Amino acid sequence: MRLVTAVIKPFKLDDVKRALEQIGVQGMTVSEVQGFGRQRGHTEVYRGAEYTVSFVPKVRVEVLVDEADAARVVDAVVAAASSGSIGDGKVWTVPVDEVVRVRTGERGAEAL
Amino acid sequence: METVVNGANTGWVLICAALVMLMTPGLAFFYGGMSRSKSVLNMLMMSFTALGIVSVLWVLYGYAIAFGSSRGGLFGWSSGLVGLDDLVRNVTVDSAENGVVNTFGLPDLAFSGFQVMFAIITVALISGAVADRMKFGAWVAFTAIWSTVVYFPVAHWVFAFGVAEEGGQGAGASGGLFAADSGGWIVNRLGALDFAGGTAVHINAGAAALALVLVLGKRKGFAKEPMRPHNLPFVMLGAGLLWFGWFGFNAGSALAANGLASLAFVNTQVATAAALLAWIGTERLRDGHATTLGAASGAVAGLVAITPAAGAVNPLGAIAIGLVAGAACCLAVTLKHRLGYDDALDVVGVHLVGGLVGTLMIGVVADGEFAAGYESVLGGGSFALLGKQALAAVAVMAYSFIVTYVIALAIKATIGLRISEEEEITGIDQTTHAESAYELGASMGGGGGGLASATSAPLPTSTRVSS
Repeated sequence: MRLVTAVIKPFKLDDVKRALEQIGVQGMTVSEVQGFGRQRGHTEVYRGAEYTVSFVPKVRVEVLVDEADAARVVDAVVAAASSGSIGDGKVWTVPVDEVVRVRTGERGAEAL
Repeated sequence: METVVNGANTGWVLICAALVMLMTPGLAFFYGGMSRSKSVLNMLMMSFTALGIVSVLWVLYGYAIAFGSSRGGLFGWSSGLVGLDDLVRNVTVDSAENGVVNTFGLPDLAFSGFQVMFAIITVALISGAVADRMKFGAWVAFTAIWSTVVYFPVAHWVFAFGVAEEGGQGAGASGGLFAADSGGWIVNRLGALDFAGGTAVHINAGAAALALVLVLGKRKGFAKEPMRPHNLPFVMLGAGLLWFGWFGFNAGSALAANGLASLAFVNTQVATAAALLAWIGTERLRDGHATTLGAASGAVAGLVAITPAAGAVNPLGAIAIGLVAGAACCLAVTLKHRLGYDDALDVVGVHLVGGLVGTLMIGVVADGEFAAGYESVLGGGSFALLGKQALAAVAVMAYSFIVTYVIALAIKATIGLRISEEEEITGIDQTTHAESAYELGASMGGGGGGLASATSAPLPTSTRVSS
């Protein structure tokens, strides 16, 4: 099993959600996060005082998938989250040792 | 002298009093939106406690100090005015002989109800300077002491007309007005023009704010970490309410439903409009952006500056005052960063500077054809009025600054002025008032969809920033 993590632009969340549903992903966890990459931040001016906002709002999407589906899920996220401009985010995967469904106690791929 | 109640004037002044009352909640939102989300409730509370404290003090003894019989033009006192007692005797009788109706056919009680709103907002104006860090108990004490020893006497200097002395703008030979047998020294002896309180309200509050923050000290992280306004729509809403209420403040200060009130009304509108444009124009040239905060701030700067001048200038003069005030205040708000005093929400930059611009520019652009004593540099070719205006401004500024400084030191030495560093960093709303303004995040029960429709849901505003 693998954990697919994507940090994307907030306004792309619905597109990503729809794309994942279309390829059969049944669940995901979403959180609001802040950070920066090559995009860096932006500046704001209040009564002449200039502030650099270095952390910009992003959304983190996490999906647990079967080993065999990981590549397809990553491709779907990348396709849906892309706007072509700087700051679109990143997608990565890590191996997962164990998954348990809380309600039934099912383990491994059964729990996905 | 009218001997019966004039219904039009009384109705107008009572409505204006309600308009001025609305300015204080408006100010609370104007300041509240500019503060950080962890201290917005404290900011609102400072204005609302001013409404509470000053209203009560006014009835108890405030009116007696501001509008009682003058003691050398410095303050008033009439024991019959304690509890407004003299004003409510025979209040149902329409006659001047019982002492409740003045020159405008206005019950003194209506005048008192109008003037108390000025006393409230003046101390509330100061609260913007002390955002995030002043002990609430210290603010309560400050409100009571400052109103008593600074505002009430200064209101007497400026607003208590009386029998005209040589060179003064007194009410004339018909006798005293508003129970002050001889009025305050600025209005009556010096003869400086302050229509609705450029000196008594704005220079007074601005100078007090400067003195108070010098004793109080800077916010933790001032000039190191950014302190962004947490809700600019609140700022715009507050500015709109202030603008609306200000018609009561200025046009109501004619104390009659007449041509002078109409002049003040039009001047208020056009000076505010000009200042709004001047502020956003100045920042567009300087910073490259016209901002909403700049538009709101420019409007308030214009309102401040036209306050003393609303009855002394023609509409073109009002535009000139607005343009100068908008640009001057826009430049002045950056002084705190250069000079290193933490006037959090720019009470000095907007109210002291705006008040000075309006008060002094009367001496330059007052319409000399309005009345004797209105001859200005451009409207009559005389520098005499400008000198009087400068003297009035400096006198109020110096008195307010010095006395406020002493009050602040006294509070600091007794109950303390500041909350602890830990309380300040956590946020004064939580640590002092045991409340939070906003419930952020679905996990705290805020729910209501949140991320499920993230394209339309706002993200939290607690974005971390670094300078």
